[in-house]
Amino acid sequence: MSTPSITRTARVPRARRSGAPAESGRQRGAWARRAPLLPALIFMIVVTQLPFVGTLVISFMRWNALDPDDVGFGGLTNYTNAFRDPALRSAILTTVELTVTVVLVSLVLGLGLALLLDRRFLGRGIVRTMLITPFLIVPVASALLWKDAIYNASFGLVDGLLSWVWKLFGSTHPPQPDLLTSFPLASVEASLVWQWTPFMMLILLAGLQSRPTDVVEAARVDGAGTWQVFRYLTFPHLRRYLELAALLGSIYVVQNFDAVFTLTSGGLGTANLPYAVYQTFYAGHDYGEASAEGVIVVVLSLAIATFALRTVSSLFREESLS
Amino acid sequence: MPPSNSLLRRTAPIGAVVLCGALLAACSGAGGSAGTASGSSDSINVLMVNNQQMLDLQKLTAQYFTKSTGIKVNFTVLPEDDVRDKVTQDFSSQAGQYDVATISNYETPFFAKDGWLSPLSSDARSDTAFDQSDILPNIQQSLTYKGQIYAEPFYGESSFLMYRKDVFAAKHLTMPAHPTWQQVAALAAEADGAQSGMKGICLRGQPGWGEVIAPLTTVVNTMGGTWFNDNWQAQLTSPAFEQATEFYVDLVRAHGEAGAAQDGFTECLNDMEQSKVAMWYDATSAAGSLEGKGSPVAGKIGYVPAPVDQTKSSGWLYTWAWGIQKASKHQTDAWKFVSWASSKQYEDLVGTTLGWASVPAGKRASTYSDPGYLSAASAFAGPTLTALNAANPQDPGVQPRPAPGIQFVGIPEFEDLGTQVSQLISDAIAGQISVGTALKNSQALAAKVGARYAGH
Repeated sequence: MSTPSITRTARVPRARRSGAPAESGRQRGAWARRAPLLPALIFMIVVTQLPFVGTLVISFMRWNALDPDDVGFGGLTNYTNAFRDPALRSAILTTVELTVTVVLVSLVLGLGLALLLDRRFLGRGIVRTMLITPFLIVPVASALLWKDAIYNASFGLVDGLLSWVWKLFGSTHPPQPDLLTSFPLASVEASLVWQWTPFMMLILLAGLQSRPTDVVEAARVDGAGTWQVFRYLTFPHLRRYLELAALLGSIYVVQNFDAVFTLTSGGLGTANLPYAVYQTFYAGHDYGEASAEGVIVVVLSLAIATFALRTVSSLFREESLS
Repeated sequence: MPPSNSLLRRTAPIGAVVLCGALLAACSGAGGSAGTASGSSDSINVLMVNNQQMLDLQKLTAQYFTKSTGIKVNFTVLPEDDVRDKVTQDFSSQAGQYDVATISNYETPFFAKDGWLSPLSSDARSDTAFDQSDILPNIQQSLTYKGQIYAEPFYGESSFLMYRKDVFAAKHLTMPAHPTWQQVAALAAEADGAQSGMKGICLRGQPGWGEVIAPLTTVVNTMGGTWFNDNWQAQLTSPAFEQATEFYVDLVRAHGEAGAAQDGFTECLNDMEQSKVAMWYDATSAAGSLEGKGSPVAGKIGYVPAPVDQTKSSGWLYTWAWGIQKASKHQTDAWKFVSWASSKQYEDLVGTTLGWASVPAGKRASTYSDPGYLSAASAFAGPTLTALNAANPQDPGVQPRPAPGIQFVGIPEFEDLGTQVSQLISDAIAGQISVGTALKNSQALAAKVGARYAGH
């Protein structure tokens, strides 16, 4: 936060009045504000960064639990093995495809829902609560629900609905579409979209409600239609929120494990990076290679997170300037 | 600015540093205390899988074991994959954090070979109340390495074929007393569509070395195939292995349940209970649920041995058992716990307190003559015992094997190998790739594993 904000310059005269040199007084004041936060910061570093350093160290080690006598420094072997592994390469592609699809689709749906919820209507509170619910369900439970209660071709909701409709017309042989087998990745994506749409909706709704209403009213007085208001006022205002939602969503969806694990057990080409790491760790008991794969996931996530943080900080800059 | 404020400002960093120090100490303390729990004299640490039978045991331990022996038992309960990993971690490093852990007949031989387990033969011999001779011979054999017992079974299972007697009667179909796979395939075709929405047979297709690989490997065995020959050469592209896999995949695609590629034990159980399939080839432990309270198909199911082709029997063998870590400092207390949990008395205790359907069965001959147990399990007790007695992990196929195991190969690498192969098989069941392609890729994976052993 190097840009001097209005609020900060307003406080400077007070420091001068107390007789202390402005610069050191400001520094002391800054530290007084920071000090209480230090324990939290150090705690954060201990619980998040130290394990990562541990993972980094292990990723350069030969360490398989099934072979406890052969633990030692392995150099880049784990990384070369990881990148040579066709399963991991396809997992990277799957992860990208999964993340991009889920984020984009839930963003569009979330935007639509947010625009609808931005209007006043009877029962708005109830509708909003119901729409948020999917996001509050435990991910593994929602994945199980999708696998057995919805997709299952023998006793799932899709099958039951079709049977019921066909029965209405007197047919005993309804089609039995097996969505999970026919469209494995799309089925996983659909369950994730259901889960993440509310998240997108919430962020965009917050953005919509921070919109200055007088500007919209002025535009309406000037004869702007609904589409024009959306196109020239709402959308530009929402752009930052859209970016934020997309980037935060990406960070979360890249790490998603529950849906793939539960719905398809990583089969039918749906294994994403977290699943690949899990398999190396739990089936192969190869801690070295699993750590190397974990580091690769972190590096990819960091790339996304960097963009996310930039967006967020530019958002805050705008807030403080306005 | 009031002076107290500046004082606060000066002391705050010091406070912060002290607080951080305290936090760090707390963290390291938390990490370090895990090991000391096993240090107290009369308590043992038990790591076990979160299956219902183990959860029942957890409930009964304090009142019926700790009270009479004074030994406190600290349980750690985890899902199967996590348990396997934690056990492997703790036992391989001989860290001694857990005195007792649930291991299966898959791990026991190679854990014993690596010297991670305490031999239990002499304990079992001197403990006459435990009655080792009552343990089913095949189960005991599967937990034995070089003549020494290394684990005591908690419950055991084999596999058999379950079918709807009422559906077969209505369609005038007869299930042979000892069916072959060809007969089962023909019956599946006949029974397909016997009721609206009913398929011929349920077979697992979900990826996982403990899911689709288990039933498939029993089919491979009986059709003359094997994962490895005696010289550790991978045999996944051999004609017998290929024919068996083709048979399994074709059967499940033609007359199996819809959505088979993601169906494991749980989904098939649902299919069977909801009359979506006429037959189901799976674990003997499924019968307890099918005949249990509230099951819509209770009393309608017949049980016959696992279908065969070239061998006499083909049912698998699996048992969750108690292993004692060699590095444990509480060997005597650990044995007391193991002998109690695996005892005849414990089975009776479960029967009288929780109901006979919850008994951890499939390990003792006496269970199958117990009137209490038979009152709840008469429909499937006989077929289960027959299946358990017919399963021979040392010689499950038509050729000698380099490692024991019926539905798995008893080597540590099989978890990873089986899981990777299972995904290819599942792809074939989904129709994404051909069986030939799946097996060609699987062969390459298996050959890599075989090469590690071939030189030994």
